[in-house]
Amino acid sequence: MHWLKRKSYPEFWNQYSACFSQHQEQHLEQIRFVVFDTETTGLNTKQDRILSIGCVAIKDLQIKVSDQLESYLIQQQFNADTVKIHGLLKTGKLTKIEEYEAVVQFLDYLQNAVLVAHHAAFDVAMMNAVLQRHNLPKLKNKVLDTGHLFQKTKLDTSKLHFSLDELAERFKIPMHDRHTASGDAYITALLFLKLVAKLKMNNPKLSLRDLEKSHKRIGLL
Amino acid sequence: MNTIAARIYDYLKAFPPFNVLNRKQLMAISEAVDVIYLEHQQYLFEIGQPVVNHFYVVRDGAIGLFRANDTLVDECDEGDIFGLRALLRKGDYKLNSKAIEESIVYSISSELLETYITTNTKASQFLMASFASNTKAKNADDDDFMEALNRSSEYTYLQTADYSKNPVTCTLDTTVKEAANIMTIKHVGSIVIVNDGKPIGIITDKDLRTKIATGTKTISDNVSSIMSSPVITYPETITVAEAQIAMLKHRITHLCITKDGTNQSALTGILSEHDIIVLRENNASALIKEIKRSHSAEQLKGIRQRTEQLLKRYLGQDIPIDFMSRLISAINDAITQRIIGLAIAKMKKKPPVKFAWLAIGSQGRQEQLLMTDQDNALVFEDVPETDYDSTKSYFLELSNYINNDLETVGFELCPAQMMSNNPKWCNSVSEWSQQFKRWITTPDQDNLMLCTIFFDYEHVYGDKALVHQLSEHIFEHIEAHDIFLTYLGRNALQNPPPLSFFRQFLVEADGEHKDQFDIKARAMMPLVDAARLLILSHNIKSVNNTLERYEKLIELEPQNKDTYSFCMEAYKNLLRFRTKQGLANNDSGRFIDLESLSKGNRLRLKRSFKAVKAVQELIKTRFKLSQLL
Repeated sequence: MHWLKRKSYPEFWNQYSACFSQHQEQHLEQIRFVVFDTETTGLNTKQDRILSIGCVAIKDLQIKVSDQLESYLIQQQFNADTVKIHGLLKTGKLTKIEEYEAVVQFLDYLQNAVLVAHHAAFDVAMMNAVLQRHNLPKLKNKVLDTGHLFQKTKLDTSKLHFSLDELAERFKIPMHDRHTASGDAYITALLFLKLVAKLKMNNPKLSLRDLEKSHKRIGLL
Repeated sequence: MNTIAARIYDYLKAFPPFNVLNRKQLMAISEAVDVIYLEHQQYLFEIGQPVVNHFYVVRDGAIGLFRANDTLVDECDEGDIFGLRALLRKGDYKLNSKAIEESIVYSISSELLETYITTNTKASQFLMASFASNTKAKNADDDDFMEALNRSSEYTYLQTADYSKNPVTCTLDTTVKEAANIMTIKHVGSIVIVNDGKPIGIITDKDLRTKIATGTKTISDNVSSIMSSPVITYPETITVAEAQIAMLKHRITHLCITKDGTNQSALTGILSEHDIIVLRENNASALIKEIKRSHSAEQLKGIRQRTEQLLKRYLGQDIPIDFMSRLISAINDAITQRIIGLAIAKMKKKPPVKFAWLAIGSQGRQEQLLMTDQDNALVFEDVPETDYDSTKSYFLELSNYINNDLETVGFELCPAQMMSNNPKWCNSVSEWSQQFKRWITTPDQDNLMLCTIFFDYEHVYGDKALVHQLSEHIFEHIEAHDIFLTYLGRNALQNPPPLSFFRQFLVEADGEHKDQFDIKARAMMPLVDAARLLILSHNIKSVNNTLERYEKLIELEPQNKDTYSFCMEAYKNLLRFRTKQGLANNDSGRFIDLESLSKGNRLRLKRSFKAVKAVQELIKTRFKLSQLL
């Protein structure tokens, strides 16, 4: 009967997991959102690795700059091609941590927040791949995708996917620190607030449920 | 590592008061910012809501502060701070704050304010001044003069506070009864308990009320049983602003002043809330009183120079420019009135008939901050033809005295001779009326120019009824020749908004001021001309001041409120730029070297030009000028 026995996980995972015991809050003002972005060595979730994670929280629909996490990971794999995008060298000046340490920090920071990312499926898949490498289950958090939220506004139905650059330009968000994880997370956070404001105009009682993906849709991956 | 905070830091460091904080302090603030996004028309806070422990800085867009009746009190754009006054006052919000454009706002906790900002002298001075700029007590019924005085007294904040230098003290072994006796004999509301010259506690009237009269303690108890301790101490250089912040912050009414500002050094004075009230009521009114008592132009010159000092100090502290200009106008008017009084005394006989002295041009609009040329005119009652020559020569002689004395005070003679001692500008009511009629019926370039100067006349001395008659005549003429307003409109559009197609500044192409920006001709005059035209088209002559004209226009045309309040803000900014520039370079401040402007100021300047564009568009449509142009 050993296989039935619940697999035991490290303490930090149990603490993370325990955050989900309560019912999911639906009022957007009450929810802690964590907007995040990862910089990676490439787009293959199996082979590529995360180089940095940038997160910033939103509470009461305000970006809380104090509630943020910015981690740089020690690179096991190095892809010279993507260096020109993210600018992270294998041995840079930034303080870097092991992947495992990054997971511990990330989950401790994340708790039961609702994750928000642009084309979230990719970033979530990257994180899940990291978790899997360390024999941990997948992320338990609810996830919102700003790309999908933009579709919901029906402001532009000419195509399905808009890049963060395209939407930032459309919503006049200044693009500082583009292609750093934190910089992108901040741009995404502003985008998220603008999208929520737009959606609220049509539905003043907008709740988390309204923002979540409809089940039929298949994301980027 | 906090990339986001670093970016906020980069933004905030360009603006006061953040620019005077050190790197560590500002970084700590940046790391704790909350970023708020507001849709157009969305409220940030509303009247009656309890004050939250935050104040705000506009990152992008613009936030309007509105009264309950929706009048715009203040417009805050990039880098502006708001929500501070409420923070110190606590309680509920007294204004609505609403995004006038889509905006991003940084919200900063008041704890950080106390930790980093109010402890920094320069930063707190700035905050106090920005407070003042949010209190625009507008009451149309007030006598302008008194209003200017009242307002000016609000801005004495930044002086070093004048404290009582002989504080009443007692030692620790004194009883409450003895202390109360000392206070009574010395007629003071507080007593400081000292040990070895250092202040260790304080008793105020309130302590006697709350701790003795209630029976909690008895009068035979020791002073230490009821004193507040330790005392709040400040150095001798404390400003009124700092004192007020300190009193608000600690909720106390008395501050101890010590040698080095700590409670470990000798007590040198005590500063009470009452001292501050007295100080605030002093300044400008004292100058005016002195003017009224003075007996020579030389004396007045000294007072005018002190006014200049006052102006410099105010300007350094970002005190609202419209209040400053009213104050300066009030002082200029008082000086002129005094000089006229002295000049009449110099004449061998009294004025043969009623007359009035008029300020014209920028003096007439009460927009003069710097000492410039004098522009004035005189109007006297109609007299029989036989008396005309003698009457006119009397007033020309009188004007000569006045013009010369004004020059002594520091108002240079007008090089274009636009002064009352010029026979052209010293006339009877009928003659003036004919003069205006000529200008109105033949509106060529020269006459339109004269109109723009003389239409802004303001009564300074003498018979108001004469001035009123003159205004009536002018409107009769205008009504009979309504094409005149179209010409005046075309004149008002002569200077297009100063942004070229690529939204760059237009600078002077040649001449002495090549590559400098002519702020007067390109930005201020268009706003002045527009205000004059629009107000005249409503048959109103009694309002000359450009800001007041726009205010009146808002009242008359609520549908154009946005444009007109935009113009008001723009004009205030421009006045401030020009005055600062003038004081810095000791000139008229008319030409601005764009390179010398900070990014924030350039943005602000650019924004003013949008107002010029907006109001010119409005004029074009209203006076159907698109075909004419």
